[in-house]
Amino acid sequence: MPLIEVENLSVTYTAKGRDVRAVQEVSLSVAQGESYGLVGESGSGKSTILRAICGLAPVSGGTIRIGGAEVPTPRGKTFSSRVQMVFQDPYASLHPRHTIDSILSEPLAIHGIGDSDAHVRRALSDVGLPANFRFRYPHQLSGGQRQRVAIARALMLAPPILLLDEPTSALDASVQAEVLNLLNRLRAERNLTFLMVSHDLAVIDHMCDRVLVMQHGRAVEELTRDALAHAEMTTAYARSLFDASADRMLGAL
Amino acid sequence: MTLLSVKNLRVTFETETGPVQAVRGVSFSLGRERLGIVGESGSGKTMTGRAVLRLIRPPGRIEADEMRFDGMDLMAASESQMRALRGQRIAMVMQDPKYSLNPVMTVGQQLTEGLRQRDRLGKADAVTRALAALQAVQIRDPERVMAAYPHELSGGMGQRVMIAMMLIPEPDLLIADEPTSALDVTVQAEVLSILDGLVRDRGMGLIFISHDLRLVARFCDRVLVMYKGRVVEELAASDLMAAQHPYTRGLLNCLPRIGGSRAPLPGLDRNADWAV
Repeated sequence: MPLIEVENLSVTYTAKGRDVRAVQEVSLSVAQGESYGLVGESGSGKSTILRAICGLAPVSGGTIRIGGAEVPTPRGKTFSSRVQMVFQDPYASLHPRHTIDSILSEPLAIHGIGDSDAHVRRALSDVGLPANFRFRYPHQLSGGQRQRVAIARALMLAPPILLLDEPTSALDASVQAEVLNLLNRLRAERNLTFLMVSHDLAVIDHMCDRVLVMQHGRAVEELTRDALAHAEMTTAYARSLFDASADRMLGAL
Repeated sequence: MTLLSVKNLRVTFETETGPVQAVRGVSFSLGRERLGIVGESGSGKTMTGRAVLRLIRPPGRIEADEMRFDGMDLMAASESQMRALRGQRIAMVMQDPKYSLNPVMTVGQQLTEGLRQRDRLGKADAVTRALAALQAVQIRDPERVMAAYPHELSGGMGQRVMIAMMLIPEPDLLIADEPTSALDVTVQAEVLSILDGLVRDRGMGLIFISHDLRLVARFCDRVLVMYKGRVVEELAASDLMAAQHPYTRGLLNCLPRIGGSRAPLPGLDRNADWAV
């Protein structure tokens, strides 16, 4: 049984009196332990799918099931202990006036988990940050360090599922490598399931077993990692995305 | 012909713990070509770009043995001479449209402000020029964008608006600071081809600042690789794959590739001799 099932999901916003159909009848399923990628240009609705799963975007049609059971609205504590999200911009997703310690211990306090001291210390060492970072504020950290904190926060409740919304697109290439390595290591150690969004096909290829290409709110094509590596896409859009990838162009030189 | 020549440029900031050199002796020259400056955050690449425009605020200090633009000594120029140069002859596209556009003015107001004030154009002429500039950067619905506030635009649109704004005065040199890092690959390719066309058609010089080495390799003629305020390697973009310096190689190898191995990506070794 798949761990995450999204069936015919639609998300419609109203902006300036006009309906914006951000996601239209998208279906996907992710097995336990799998890493699944969503790729597409901005505005293609890929992040909106993650937000809809978390209850941050209005679902206008379709169903979302986690572990076979439909998710409740509002999502509630059981959901947040199973599914957590890492956001794109580490400069915006951490509270600027909270120390790293209070950022990391807040989920524990909400869920009534004791011994936050030991939990926070372990969480920091798991993501490769020194223990004395606990008493710093986000502005005292670099972008890569902040994203590590955001990953640590998402893992505080030991959820089996992580939703990753462009976790490295705000980072330098060398820092991106470190964060991707960290995510892969954590996935292997904890048997996590990833649903990851990126506009970088090379990153998705490195991280994911299967990928769904999206455009204008619709699913265009699902590819396995092998199909992607051998350029076996059947739709024109997936191919144009593949061709635009910087890596591909350099190979042609 | 050399458009810009910089010799031994240093940018120093006085801090509580003593002076910090953000740029330590950078030299390069630029003709009507595309020069890429690559490095990680903190390598001094943005500071180098800003120093050319003398846009470093005190307590920051700019020193150079020579900094000449089209025969003019930039180090000796007065503040009003620099003001005449900025925007008109040397323009800079900043990294983030979210922070670089005025949030309380519509795009149209921002685009026409310079034309009305500086070029003394009438309102209708200014609007016509602004619309043409937006069309030049492939914005399909320029009237709508003119009426929009920056928060109503996507990142890619905002970036194109900034490029349009910088190109209205037809500068000789454009300094583009990570102009595409906020964009996705398909839009990135579009923005690059816009810049490419301008260099080719108008003979503009371009300094392209980026952390994405492969992108720069594809797009520029020459590449400077910077680390901790120094140029560690300068090479023709076509020779990039044959780069010798361990830092350059590290930057090349840390990017994932389609169809590549899934082993952990190699990190950068920052403890070697060259890193000091």
